[in-house]
Amino acid sequence: MRRTLLIWLALAAAALAAFALALASGSVRLPPLDLLHALVSPGDGIAGEIVTRLRLPRALAAFAVGGLLALAGALMQVLLRNPLADPYVLGLSGGAAAGALGAMFAGLGLLAVNLGASVGAFVAMALVFAFARRDFARQQVHGALDASPRLLLTGVIMAAGWGALITLTLTLAPEARLRGMLFWLMGDLNGVESWAPALITLALALALMLPAARDLNVLLRGEALAHALGVRVAPLRRRIYLVASVATALAVTTAGAIGFVGLVVPHALRLALGNDQRMLLPASALAGGTLLLLADTAARSLIAPQQLPVGVITALIGVPAFLFLLTRKPGRIA
Amino acid sequence: MTAPLLEAQELVLQVDGRILVRDMSFALKAGEVWCLLGPNGAGKSTFLHAAVGLRAAQGGALHLGGKPLAQWPAEAAARQRCFLPQSFHDAFGASVLECVMLGRHPYLSRWQWEGEHERELALAALHAVDLDGFAQRDVLTLSGGERQRVALAALFVQDAPLLLLDEPVSHLDLHHQMLVLEHLVQLARDRGKGVLFTVHDLDLAARFASHALLLTPQATALHGPVDAVMTEAALGAAFGHRVTRIEAAGRVLFVPG
Repeated sequence: MRRTLLIWLALAAAALAAFALALASGSVRLPPLDLLHALVSPGDGIAGEIVTRLRLPRALAAFAVGGLLALAGALMQVLLRNPLADPYVLGLSGGAAAGALGAMFAGLGLLAVNLGASVGAFVAMALVFAFARRDFARQQVHGALDASPRLLLTGVIMAAGWGALITLTLTLAPEARLRGMLFWLMGDLNGVESWAPALITLALALALMLPAARDLNVLLRGEALAHALGVRVAPLRRRIYLVASVATALAVTTAGAIGFVGLVVPHALRLALGNDQRMLLPASALAGGTLLLLADTAARSLIAPQQLPVGVITALIGVPAFLFLLTRKPGRIA
Repeated sequence: MTAPLLEAQELVLQVDGRILVRDMSFALKAGEVWCLLGPNGAGKSTFLHAAVGLRAAQGGALHLGGKPLAQWPAEAAARQRCFLPQSFHDAFGASVLECVMLGRHPYLSRWQWEGEHERELALAALHAVDLDGFAQRDVLTLSGGERQRVALAALFVQDAPLLLLDEPVSHLDLHHQMLVLEHLVQLARDRGKGVLFTVHDLDLAARFASHALLLTPQATALHGPVDAVMTEAALGAAFGHRVTRIEAAGRVLFVPG
């Protein structure tokens, strides 16, 4: 309990530091005093304008999206009881990408692209839910005690279908729109204006899942065992799926399909800090937000004024960090 | 007169149209240790799943502590009976201590964390299954038998009046088979628990159980005191293999013929 609070405090402090860095860096560098001044009285001067109009909304969006992805990843890993699960494993990002790319293909504006992405995400979510509804509804077991493998297969096959649709769109798309499409697929926070829906969804998702966090610990050991320990398994699994899906849909609609955050952050925290979901869910949200915020700051300042897709940065940070954690010797747990 | 811990009334269980149990009635009372015997696919696990509420019965009724199973709220049921599944698939690591303390889940309120009390119960249960010093080990590093003993320790801290165990000693070595079964008998004798466990070793069944429930491929079920049920004729018919009952070293042994 005490240890958990300390972990949360440390991660929150890291998040604050990442915010300060994100607001101060860019093509116009702001020393700490100027940054403070710009935040306190944004009305005067160009610095205030840059910080509150450009950098703060983008930083908030990056934090919220990173938090949503890491939280959704942690939840999907519990739902599917599979370490390879991430927010996109059930085809949500595929649906969103198909919607967004379709809108781009038709030459529609940003609003329509965002709308296309959310419609696509929710269609994908509804399809998986419909096809796997028996796995979500059943109170009883038939044969194998675990419903998860079939749900996973349903999602994977849906993702494959969306993938084909995306490739088709890319093949047929006019040359001039390809770059925008590729950036969307890699995930990109450039030009993001609306951070509030993502941040509110993050808070709601945490509020919905935290009361059930100890149930998740039990569910992770198996559905039959969870049932025997008094967990209402079917409603809990539906709740996890819906919260993780909506979180992913909001993240993808806001910033495209940013990879690695949802897979790597929950795992890294698990390996480093343990697997108690009560600690892990808020910690994932904080660490995921911080990671994406730092990655986005790097993406827009490394070769400023040109911008890199943030998905490339998360992958470049995520892969070696994860490999390092994986190859550490396992054994005792803190 | 208190109600039986588990009571089946003309229970019918069916899997994919195949009847496994037909019109079975018996009552398991506090302090009794029942072994559940039968050939592969006779419905032992199916019956245990029905008794835990993991599957519905196709006829008859199951009562837990005198009340129909369906009327038990999930948390209250978890304080009344516990269940050891046949196998475990740990996809993620966790410490042995955490896994054992999960057994206290039905007793903790929503925001309550495991405290010193839960920790002490868990360490005592680990001692009972001969896993002292394992508390901080990752369950992913354990052998099959050690993992099974961790699950048994979690069951002991759940501390329910009725223990339902699907092959509790299947992965255990000789010494730990004895240790676990002696502990189960002790729980029944000293603390009035009711125990129902499946087992394939007839000698262990006859030695530790007070009662037997024998499922046959013909969907009939024999039940009663061990000596009455575990006869050469009944066992031979149920398993489709001749069995000779001998007495040696003061014990009843069954030799396949």
